[in-house]
Amino acid sequence: MLQPFEQAVTEHGAVVLRVCRAVVGPTEADDAWSETFLSALRAWPDLPDDANVRAWLVTIAHRKAIDVARAGARHAVPVGEVPDATAPRGDQPEEALPDADLWQAVAALPEKQRLCVAYHHVAGLPHPEVARIVGGTPAAARRAAADGIARLRTTYAPDGRVSLHV
Amino acid sequence: MSDLTIQLLTEPATGDRERLDALHAALVDRASAESSLHATYRVVDSPVGALLLAATEDGVVRVAFEVEDHDRVLESLGAAIGSRILRGGHRLDLLARELDDYFAGRRHVFDVPLDLRLARGFRLTVLRHLSEIPYGSTESYGEVAVASGNPRAVRAVGSACATNPLPIVVPCHRVLRSDGSLGGYLGGLPAKERLLALERAA
Repeated sequence: MLQPFEQAVTEHGAVVLRVCRAVVGPTEADDAWSETFLSALRAWPDLPDDANVRAWLVTIAHRKAIDVARAGARHAVPVGEVPDATAPRGDQPEEALPDADLWQAVAALPEKQRLCVAYHHVAGLPHPEVARIVGGTPAAARRAAADGIARLRTTYAPDGRVSLHV
Repeated sequence: MSDLTIQLLTEPATGDRERLDALHAALVDRASAESSLHATYRVVDSPVGALLLAATEDGVVRVAFEVEDHDRVLESLGAAIGSRILRGGHRLDLLARELDDYFAGRRHVFDVPLDLRLARGFRLTVLRHLSEIPYGSTESYGEVAVASGNPRAVRAVGSACATNPLPIVVPCHRVLRSDGSLGGYLGGLPAKERLLALERAA
């Protein structure tokens, strides 16, 4: 790519942040975003000029999200220790995020559904592209995305409450 | 309800803008710290219009007028020096302050480090000489050719000025025709006139 990397951040930064929220939850999303763009920056000059930049970024975000989630699990607070008050935990999304309930409902989806919803509905990638990232067939990716949205409709009430009785 | 869930997934939330700005700033810091960036840039206002300022680790590499089209300038900068280019950072804060002082008449010499990698050969020789023309004075294209060691290369001096990657900072605006008329200027003749008037007044 001869285009300045800044353009990739400007055009896709917001979408990638939402994808990260869907995949690792709001708390770890900022870390996943930072790792994704730092890694993308390093590889940017070698990316072909006709590449689909958004699909490429989402693919990197997918790998980084796995790393961030693993690191989060490693750094989990042992029982009996007092958690840092300033660092919200994964199951208690930051108050500041107005759509925290939505991401909580997304987090509760089975993994395959969550990933397919994130990459198809949030990132806007076509099902074959989603299948390439998560594995399996495009038809399976389409079904997982549809099942995920159907499940969200029953677990997430848009007035801001998550139904706990599914 | 059906489309609302999907719509909520794709809609930016309030506060996302500020969060992204903070993440962007942190990205510039981390990338600078590990020397991943080919250049950073910022855009500043000036009496001769918005100026794009770009710097590598070595120094200021590009100053561009609005009429040059900042997007195109960034694109060709990416092609010339590498495309790991981000907006922001603090590398250009000093030049921005010095430009403010220059346009206020308080500063006659820029003392920021320069990266002249975009110029080569005779053009580079010309640019080095231009930096020696004192504030408030001018030379003709012919005089610059002589001083650059090639008296017959008057036209080449003209193209060195026209492709100066660091206008204002490397003062090609101080080069005029031998009859005293303005000649050309990559920022447009009104900008050249304005810079000369500023330097005459101080």
